[in-house]
Amino acid sequence: MRYVEEFRDPVAAKAVLSAIAAVVEEIGATARNPVHIMEICGGHTHAIFRYGLDRLTPKGIEFIHGPGCPVCVLPMSRIDECVEIAERPEVIFCTFGDAMRVPGSAKSLMQAKADGADIRMVYSPLDALEIARRNPDREVVFFGLGFETTTPSTALSIQQAAREALGNFTVFCNHITVPPPIKALLDDPHMILDGFVGPGHVSMVIGTHPYDFIAETYGKPIVVAGFEPLDLLQSVLMVLRQIRDGRAEVENQYARVVPEHGNPVSLAAIADVYEPRPSFEWRGLGEIDASGLRIRAKYAAFDAEEKFGVGYGAGPRSVAEPEGCACGQVMTGRIKPTGCPQYGTGCTPEMPLGALMVSSEGACAAYFQYGATDDHLEAAE
Amino acid sequence: MCLGIPGQIVEITDATRLMAMADISGVRREVSIACVATPDLTDLLGEWALIHVGFAMSLIDADEAEKTLEALRGLGEAQETLEAMADGAAALEGTQ
Amino acid sequence: MNMIPPLKPARLRGDRVTMAHGGGGKAMRDLIDEIFTAVFQPPGSEDQARLTAQALGTPGAQLAFTTDSFVVSPPEFPGGDIGKIAVCGTVNDLAVGGATPLWLSAAFIIEEGCEFDLLRRIVASMQAEAEKAGVRIVTGDTKVVERGAADKVFVTTSGIGVIPPGRDMQAARIQPGDVALVNGVLGDHGATILAARGDMALSTDIASDCQSLNTLIDAVLQAAPNTRAARDATRGGVASALNEMAEAAGVQIDIDETALPIRAEVRGMCEVLGLDPLYLANEGTLVIFVPPDEADAARAAMQAHEAGRGATIIGQARTGHAGRVTMTTLFGGQRLVDTLVGEQLPRIC
Repeated sequence: MRYVEEFRDPVAAKAVLSAIAAVVEEIGATARNPVHIMEICGGHTHAIFRYGLDRLTPKGIEFIHGPGCPVCVLPMSRIDECVEIAERPEVIFCTFGDAMRVPGSAKSLMQAKADGADIRMVYSPLDALEIARRNPDREVVFFGLGFETTTPSTALSIQQAAREALGNFTVFCNHITVPPPIKALLDDPHMILDGFVGPGHVSMVIGTHPYDFIAETYGKPIVVAGFEPLDLLQSVLMVLRQIRDGRAEVENQYARVVPEHGNPVSLAAIADVYEPRPSFEWRGLGEIDASGLRIRAKYAAFDAEEKFGVGYGAGPRSVAEPEGCACGQVMTGRIKPTGCPQYGTGCTPEMPLGALMVSSEGACAAYFQYGATDDHLEAAE
Repeated sequence: MCLGIPGQIVEITDATRLMAMADISGVRREVSIACVATPDLTDLLGEWALIHVGFAMSLIDADEAEKTLEALRGLGEAQETLEAMADGAAALEGTQ
Repeated sequence: MNMIPPLKPARLRGDRVTMAHGGGGKAMRDLIDEIFTAVFQPPGSEDQARLTAQALGTPGAQLAFTTDSFVVSPPEFPGGDIGKIAVCGTVNDLAVGGATPLWLSAAFIIEEGCEFDLLRRIVASMQAEAEKAGVRIVTGDTKVVERGAADKVFVTTSGIGVIPPGRDMQAARIQPGDVALVNGVLGDHGATILAARGDMALSTDIASDCQSLNTLIDAVLQAAPNTRAARDATRGGVASALNEMAEAAGVQIDIDETALPIRAEVRGMCEVLGLDPLYLANEGTLVIFVPPDEADAARAAMQAHEAGRGATIIGQARTGHAGRVTMTTLFGGQRLVDTLVGEQLPRIC
């Protein structure tokens, strides 16, 4: 597979790992006094554990798993609202597979489907548009979930729906943006962060300049990274070199995909269709200013919040997370999954308490699936 | 949010709606090329793009890809040099 | 004993099944006679098949008996159909236990409105596969349910076979040091069904790997008489089969990611949808454990057989954490290969 396999070459990996080990030694980082690197994006968390990079990199690096998993940061009340919409008999509710198993206060979308709601998994919002065209007598609602990577596709789909004057297509918009929660974490005096591995696909849309504040205001290095293991390793190396040299810059390791100024068509579509909400609720981080998007008035006909009177815009209700759930703390890197008292006992992939165990990008799910604890998987003997 | 895969644009299926067929290792899916559209859409044929949720979001820059791979290879060569030097030093110690 | 039914003029009316065809009367007889009995030609015309097997009389021989239901949607897909996988699935469930499969039963639950031609194709496919595997479909049943109560047709097959004396293939016999092999590429069936269902609008040339494996297993047992165990890697994929075997044997199993044979298109589909090929269903792939000194012979025997051309070693059992399956990644890293939880869902993240 072109542009994929070359970036999985194990021989090159050995070389990067040696280089990483050398810089870690120069910095003097050890297991007791590690360098704290946050990988912001859940897809990066997943890749780290899938390829066993956590075990291959020196103990002087500690990966802090960031809040870049859009399913994980969704408060439970949003799922409840999805279920409420989906349970209306006229609705066909379309969603990405990621959201199906996330627990709501009463049930998940998967359970609602078993109870009879017409919920369909789609790969693309374009598929939801097609379902709307083929079912003119039903109301098709697309669950717009995700960071800036996914926001343009929903925006372009709404624009297409407007061109076709589709009367039965709406989007339940829960799109969020990356920079605000990063700023919230950087402002948190309890967080120790030495550098960032930045989200490659979000950056493909927004470019690299939105992260300038991380380097300029907070003095931390950030390297925008691709998703293959070599991309991640090279990015870690670049972060470490900045730390060693006392630099704080925004670097782009994923230049083959990420243009410095982002994608003009995507950015224009987002600006046309969406506007920032004054604030939005994040699991584990509370309310963050200007971190969520809502559909502009001109596209109100395609706004599920308008049509169904449900959702953040219609008057959000906050639902308390289940007792004992520490998702918020894991997701902001304050504790590791294994530090959660429920991990593996009260919360497992079969019976999850919170989103981080269900979402394929959630740190807890990655730990559980790939055996990332020290005693879950012995070191190579 | 993150799952994107490189795919090759092999056919323009609907120029008005900006749709094309992408091939990912033998798997084909119709995708929107709105984000990468050029004035002459046929220029896209054979190009590689990052595909995410049915949209070609960004064209893959072959030169940048090569540069990244070269940097990685360079590390490999530096590594080999270091190892060769280490072997050399060890050999010297052995014979001295 | 073969009873060739007397030639009857075709009496089945219309082109699809109605509730009348499940009523127990003439319409049902016509359906059974023309679509099922005419092709399967079961021995006798009683409710039960009366069978004798010399092999069962041998001291130490064991009867093997298995059953399975098949509900795949769509019922027809590249590489096969629900009938073919029913026959293969049941034959394979017997064969992985070291049994020689002999007889199958086939029960059909048919949705009102199902086309006769679909049933004819499925039945023909089952008969062809049965002949290829050397088994007979000797008894069966049909029921018709109202529209919506089934998805076109569901098939349940049960199978009887005989395990010769001295054969004891079971996962519990796997020991540290034993070598794990597969007979070919992984995940073709699962990928085919995903593409065929159409939800994701992906098209591909992949076809199901659906095939009977009994003659392949015979060939392996000839070459590697101390073969410990085999399992058909169906739902949950190779990963789930390995986990079950590790658990039953109380061993740890280590596999090597670089050794796993997977088609480029299947890899591509997994990359697009965020799936792991280790968990994709197969319908003609087995995982087999042999003692280390018989591994090469087993592999050679498989490669010489049409169902085993792609046979390869994928890993080994060892002492360690009982029931655990680990994988050395293409990077030399280590990760756990856990049993599948729930269903693997496509993801965007």
